[in-house]
Amino acid sequence: MLAALLLAAAALSLVWQPWPPADIDIAARLQPPSASHWLGTDSLGRDIASQLLVGAQTSIAVGVLAVAIGLGAGVALGLVAAARGGWADEWLMRVADVGFAFPALLSAVLLGAVYGPGIATGVVAIGLFNVPVFARTTRAAALGVWSREYVLAARAAGLGPWRITLDHVLPNVASVLIVQATVQFSTAIIAEAALGYLGLGAQPPRPSWGRMLSEAQAQMFQAPWLAVYPGTAIALAVLGLNLLGDGLRDLLDPRLAHSR
Amino acid sequence: MGLFFVKRLFALLATLAVASCLIFAVLELLPGNVAQVILGDSATAESIAALEQRLGLHRPALARYVDWMAGWLQGRSAVSPSYDTPTATLIAERLQVTVPLALMAMALTVVLALALGVYAASQHRRWGDVGVMALSQIGLAVPSFWFAILLILVFAVKLQWVAAGGFPGWSETDGGGLAAGLQALVLPAVALAVVQASVLARWTRSAVLEVMRDDFVRTARAKGLSRRATLWRHVLRNAMIPVLTVMGLQFAFLLSGTVVIENVFVLPGLGRLVFQAVANRDLLVVRDVVLLLVAMVLVVNFVVDLLCAVADPRLLAGRA
Repeated sequence: MLAALLLAAAALSLVWQPWPPADIDIAARLQPPSASHWLGTDSLGRDIASQLLVGAQTSIAVGVLAVAIGLGAGVALGLVAAARGGWADEWLMRVADVGFAFPALLSAVLLGAVYGPGIATGVVAIGLFNVPVFARTTRAAALGVWSREYVLAARAAGLGPWRITLDHVLPNVASVLIVQATVQFSTAIIAEAALGYLGLGAQPPRPSWGRMLSEAQAQMFQAPWLAVYPGTAIALAVLGLNLLGDGLRDLLDPRLAHSR
Repeated sequence: MGLFFVKRLFALLATLAVASCLIFAVLELLPGNVAQVILGDSATAESIAALEQRLGLHRPALARYVDWMAGWLQGRSAVSPSYDTPTATLIAERLQVTVPLALMAMALTVVLALALGVYAASQHRRWGDVGVMALSQIGLAVPSFWFAILLILVFAVKLQWVAAGGFPGWSETDGGGLAAGLQALVLPAVALAVVQASVLARWTRSAVLEVMRDDFVRTARAKGLSRRATLWRHVLRNAMIPVLTVMGLQFAFLLSGTVVIENVFVLPGLGRLVFQAVANRDLLVVRDVVLLLVAMVLVVNFVVDLLCAVADPRLLAGRA
């Protein structure tokens, strides 16, 4: 439900917002919640509710793109490592180890310093960190499938490793990847918010939940309520996605399915 | 054990070398060059040429990379264009805040996670377990920097028990001291620890439940050992291996978390240094700090691997 709420908020913001999120109204700055501004206004008089709705677009866009990068490259690497084994497996996992040494935030800092801050920088940095995560998850799951009898039978029947990977391995690891994707999606939302807080994410006038928190901190003594809304939005989105991942894991894990 | 140590050390050094090449390569793939990025669009051709000369950008990339690595090994570093100070000096000053903060956060994480994880496992399928898991779900969802802002709101703005940020220093002559310094790091450490403890508590609970199903635990209970003694004397020791591994992985997230938390509390640590360097487009500082943070992650994971091998010699047999 929470995950659906996130998607619904982002979808709604595409067609309607209470106020234009970038509209500045200094006369109406730092207003508490009211009938005209349901969640109040920020230091420039911008409507908080509108910024939250449009900020959901940013979070979802970064999450989807970062997970897509991780899935695309990571799954391919993991499948190759499991199918080839030997030195290919060893080298690909060492590459994954290098990737793990660069947390998304550090990569974003480096890329932001070199290429300037922005959504693209954040997407690339978070996506690159997702690659070794998906690579290791895929490899571990794929190795389990490769030892199954039906795969051994397929090999005995003369099928090549790539045909076996596409026909048998990939469909059987899909459920694990779906669960991992929801986890990485929630991680991407937090990472995007952290980058936004540091000013390395989406740039003004595009709303960002993280940047809203940074601006709220500057107004902490005058308007403490400003810090509550974007943080709550982030927490609810991440909680929803984590619970969705847990639910999908319970639904798709064959060991748990048998116990039901 | 010796062969295991050598193999892991080689893997550490190789990974570090590749990581340093990657960091260097990112700077080489700039549109323009490092001097142009540092000085900005309004810089004159003469000033860019002067900085290029000073940074040795006319030399081949391989020579500059080797010089950079050799400098690290010999303890000399490039001079930051924005601070006009060797980056090593800047880093050494900032480590005096970041390292204690990371250690405090990690210690708090371990204490919280072990206590909650073991408690949840001992209360499996009862309200205690449900409560701890619910709390950890919330802890996972709450961004550490938002939690830090809420801590400031409550303890600094409302209660006025502590300052909203800043660091007084470790020296009493500068108006700081050990007690004042530690007090300034308490809220940041708590903000970092809560999220990490949520992750680690879940792993601890899973690991303890896994070990509790083993036959030797049933034997210990059958021989008359109390539930509590069995838990602490036998179960926890065996459950620590996977927990140690996760702790090593979590250190990377904790380090990147310090980058944000130091900016929330305006602490003069590595995180604040790299943030200011990004704002100043000081790529030399960014380059060296990122490499140091990556090296810290790799070294911690290396140490964790060794600790796991010492705790469970079966890991050595598997690797041999």
